[in-house]
Amino acid sequence: MMLELAIGIILGGCALGAGAAMIAGIGPGIGEGNAVAKACEAIGRQPECKGDVTTTMLMGCAVAETTGLYALVIAILLIFVAPGRFVDILLNAVK
Amino acid sequence: MENKKKFLATDIIYLSLLALGPLFAIALKVLFTPQADDINIAGALIFFTVKLPFSDLPVTETQVNSLVVIWSIFWLCKYITHGISVRGGLKRQIIAEWIVEKTKSLVKGNMGEYFASFAPFVAAIMGLSAFSSLLTLIGLYPPTSDINTTAGWAILVFILITYYKFKCGPVHYLKSFGDPVPFLAPLNIISEFATPVSMAFRHYGNVLSGSVISVLVATALQGVSHLIFGKLPGMLANIPFLQIGLPAVLSVYFDLFSGLLQAFIFAMLTMLYVSGGFPAEDYAAKKAARDLKRAAKQNSN
Repeated sequence: MMLELAIGIILGGCALGAGAAMIAGIGPGIGEGNAVAKACEAIGRQPECKGDVTTTMLMGCAVAETTGLYALVIAILLIFVAPGRFVDILLNAVK
Repeated sequence: MENKKKFLATDIIYLSLLALGPLFAIALKVLFTPQADDINIAGALIFFTVKLPFSDLPVTETQVNSLVVIWSIFWLCKYITHGISVRGGLKRQIIAEWIVEKTKSLVKGNMGEYFASFAPFVAAIMGLSAFSSLLTLIGLYPPTSDINTTAGWAILVFILITYYKFKCGPVHYLKSFGDPVPFLAPLNIISEFATPVSMAFRHYGNVLSGSVISVLVATALQGVSHLIFGKLPGMLANIPFLQIGLPAVLSVYFDLFSGLLQAFIFAMLTMLYVSGGFPAEDYAAKKAARDLKRAAKQNSN
C-alpha cells in the first residue's frame, strides 16, 4: 500500500515538474512575437527588403526558441524517462 | 532511338533504386512494430543488438532510416544530374543548376569568399536534414527526432568551428577566451560548449515536439468524436469523423514547414558559427606578415 502511494507520488511529481518546466514557453513566445512585430514594421517601411528581413527574422526566432526547447527537453525527460528511473531506484531501495 | 531507350532505362533504374530505400524502411517498420492500441509516443525501435566487447551496439530505426535517406538522396542526385549537357539540357538540369547556384550564393553571402568551398558541405547538411524530417510524410520515424542524430551533426560542426578557430595557432585560440576581459573566461568556455548543445537540442526539440503534439491532437480528436458520434448505429460509431482533415493541417505546419525551416536554420547556423569563429582579420594580417618575410628572404638571397 505504502509502495503504491510512493510510486503515485513519484508519477505525480514528475507530471507536475513537466508542467512547471513548460512555463518557460512564455519567454520565447513573447520574444518571437516581438521579433515578428518588428519585422512586419520593417517590411511595411521598406517593402523592397522583404526577403532579407524575413530570413533574419526566421533566424532570430529560431535562436529565441532555444530556451523554450530546453524546457521542452526537460519536460519530455520528466515524462518519459524520469518516472522509470525513480521507480527503479525506489524498488531497489525497498529490496 | 537506341540511345533514348537506354537513357530511359537508366532513369527507371535510378528512380526504382531511389524508391527502394523508403520501401525497405516501411517493410522493416511493418515487420518490427509491436501491436499496440493506445497512444504510442516511444523512441526509435531497436531492431537488434550487436554484441561488442565494451558496450552493446543497438541497431535502431534511427540508424536504418538515416542510411535510407542517404541512399535515396544519392540516387536522387544521380537522377537529377543524369544526361547533363552544356546545350539543350533537360528540365531536371535546370533544377540541379538552381540548387548549386543558390547554395553557392548563400554560402558566399554568409561566409565570405574564403569559405566558398563549404557549399557542398552546407548543401549536404541541409538536404540530409530536410529529407530526414520529411520522412514523417510517408509514416516513417524521422531520424532527426532522435537526439543522437542531431548531436552527431552538432559535434561535427563543433569540430569544424574549433578547427577554424585554431587557424591562427593555439596561442591565439586560448587568448580568444579572455575576450573582452580575462575575468569572463569561464563564461566563454561555457558558451563554447553551449553552441553544439543548443544546435542539437533546437533541431531535435522542434521535430520531436511536432510529432508529440500531432499524436496528442489526433488521440484527443478520436476521444471527442467517440463522445459525439458514439451513439450512431452500427459501424458508424467506430469511425472517428473528427480525425478527418484537422491532423493534416497540423502536419503541414509541423512536418513540412517546421522540418524544412529547421534544416535551413541548422545550415545557416553552421555557416554563421564557422565563419564567425574564424579570426579573418588576424589570419589575413598573419598571412601578409608571412608573405612579407618570405619576400624579404628571397630578396636577400
